[in-house]
Amino acid sequence: MAEQAHDPSRYSFYVDDALYREAIADFALLRGDAPTVDDGTERDLFRGLVEREARLLDGRQFEAWLRFYADECLYWVPSTPDGGDPRREIAVMFDDRRRLEDRVFRLSTGFAWSQAPASRTVRMVSNVEVFASDDPDQRLVRSNFLINEFWDDETRALAGWAGHRFRRLGGVWRISAKQVNLLVCDQPIRNPSIIL
Amino acid sequence: MTHMEKDWTTRGRKPSSDFDWDELVQDDRVHQSLYTSAAIFEAEMRHVFGGTWVYLAHESQIPEVDDYITARLGLRPLIMTRDSEGVIRALYNRCSHRGTTLCRFEKGNKRAFQCPYHGWNFANNGQLRGVPWADGYLDNPARDPKFNLAQVPRVESYRGFIFGTLNLAAPPLCDHLGPIKRPIDEWLDRNPGGKVVVCEANRIKYKGNWKLAYDNSGDGYHVLYSHRSLLETENRFAGEATKKGMSYYRTAPDEQPMYMQYMGNGHHFKDKRPNLQPRQGGLWAIESLHPGMEHVASKLRARYGDRAEALLDLAGSEPVNINIFPNLSLLGNHIQVFQPLSVEETDTIWYGTRIEDANGSIGEEVLNDINALRMRTQEGFPNFGEVDDVTNFEQIQRGLRCEEDEWIYMNRGLGIPGRIRTLDDGTIKAPATDEMFMREYIKEWKRLMQAAPDLTIQREP
Repeated sequence: MAEQAHDPSRYSFYVDDALYREAIADFALLRGDAPTVDDGTERDLFRGLVEREARLLDGRQFEAWLRFYADECLYWVPSTPDGGDPRREIAVMFDDRRRLEDRVFRLSTGFAWSQAPASRTVRMVSNVEVFASDDPDQRLVRSNFLINEFWDDETRALAGWAGHRFRRLGGVWRISAKQVNLLVCDQPIRNPSIIL
Repeated sequence: MTHMEKDWTTRGRKPSSDFDWDELVQDDRVHQSLYTSAAIFEAEMRHVFGGTWVYLAHESQIPEVDDYITARLGLRPLIMTRDSEGVIRALYNRCSHRGTTLCRFEKGNKRAFQCPYHGWNFANNGQLRGVPWADGYLDNPARDPKFNLAQVPRVESYRGFIFGTLNLAAPPLCDHLGPIKRPIDEWLDRNPGGKVVVCEANRIKYKGNWKLAYDNSGDGYHVLYSHRSLLETENRFAGEATKKGMSYYRTAPDEQPMYMQYMGNGHHFKDKRPNLQPRQGGLWAIESLHPGMEHVASKLRARYGDRAEALLDLAGSEPVNINIFPNLSLLGNHIQVFQPLSVEETDTIWYGTRIEDANGSIGEEVLNDINALRMRTQEGFPNFGEVDDVTNFEQIQRGLRCEEDEWIYMNRGLGIPGRIRTLDDGTIKAPATDEMFMREYIKEWKRLMQAAPDLTIQREP
């Protein structure tokens, strides 16, 4: 059991009530008017990390993208504009490490008809704000995104804002949690099968 | 005396008798125009979505007096209210003055709806309470019942599921559901108190006819192929003792105890439960891998021992597809609704359900753990399964543009001696991959399309 607990790619022991409570509280903070950092260097650092994630996803470098996430990570796309409580409500997506790897694995099977052929995407990120934190090894970052997606004769735009919780693990900043807030989170979406 | 109106039904519309339904719907195949003709779609919105019981909403979406949600009956926009006296109503979301929709929000709590255009004000039972400057009318509209909101004349619930129809001659809902009530009862009664609560949804739109989703709802033939990416993903760890998810489709699905049953009036039922071990935890054992499952399972097993398995089953996906013609499907723990938008555009709404601690036997902490897990199990299929299905639906719609290649076949199982059995109660049983249910439900569809529409709206007196 102790050994299993240390392999979040295989076993999901870390998704517990504390994880839910922390994620709800952290991303609620990004909806308010908490203080942000003034330091341009720090802001540039985190803007660069958000841009790097966008580049990895556009380039379909999914293995590198997975490595960018902390071992015990969270990827959350709420189904309501206020985020809601994922313990009581269905989310569009609420993935732990294993399910993120499922998501990437499915695309690699050759039988994911919703991505055969695969979407082409190009993402814009902007309005990057880094929120002040007492913890030197954690930062909450809010940014806006515009994903242009071409698939099956149609180019569409998926817009919204993302919250990233970065944590410095072994001296390296990694994504510990991401919340993707789609404008159309509570509306029917055609073929919602790309990673946002 | 309730005010009824029914003199409008064919005014300005193409009569359905213009179609040769016997030619279009045959024993083994249907014509592609059932999926591509705008005229047939328009007729369906009256004959099917007006002429038979249609699922509108779940009572848990309007639990309190004065709650409302917006909904649709076919294309007709509705406001579903629990009015100030507690009566559930399906009001037309259409001002009786100039036709404006009165309510543009998806849900809320209101005693009255004021038209944003000219200020007419309606109570949530549909009665017009007042209009601005009534002295500008010869007779005050608020005193004339014809200006009360139109509403669906028959609204009935079965165990929380609210249906409506414009057809006064339809049998009572309970009789119309008939044998499909048994699986509905079993689906509900496996939960504490025999209840579920709707809690948001996964919502997917596709560019295709609504019947493609209903055809698919009981289709055991597509699983291994359309869902191959899902099956490979949920079984990607070698050496797993129990095969996960729908793996039982891999080998000779028609020789297994699961079955398809046609239940009359267009309803049908795919029952995969007989493939499972009939023990507590049997459902949980085949559940594919979801966020938090090992945490909750180990916590419950440490605390409750053997009793934990029955609790975990509450988070597991019930292996049934209970398909209620024309627009509702209970599958896994979802309440799925098919919402036609045009002849080639449909929304599928996968409402999630959570459970309540109805008799106080679970306790708040465990209830929260089970519900959190139940949310995660429900997110799996729409993300990894449904997206591939709707892609195939869209590609059917595209293929049907080859209009000279006219027929769509649903003849699997037809004519094979001993394969299909009619039971004493009139229901019909067939092996899991049989297309019998498509042939049977389309007969009900054809009956409705051939019938003279006898549709009525009601207004408060």
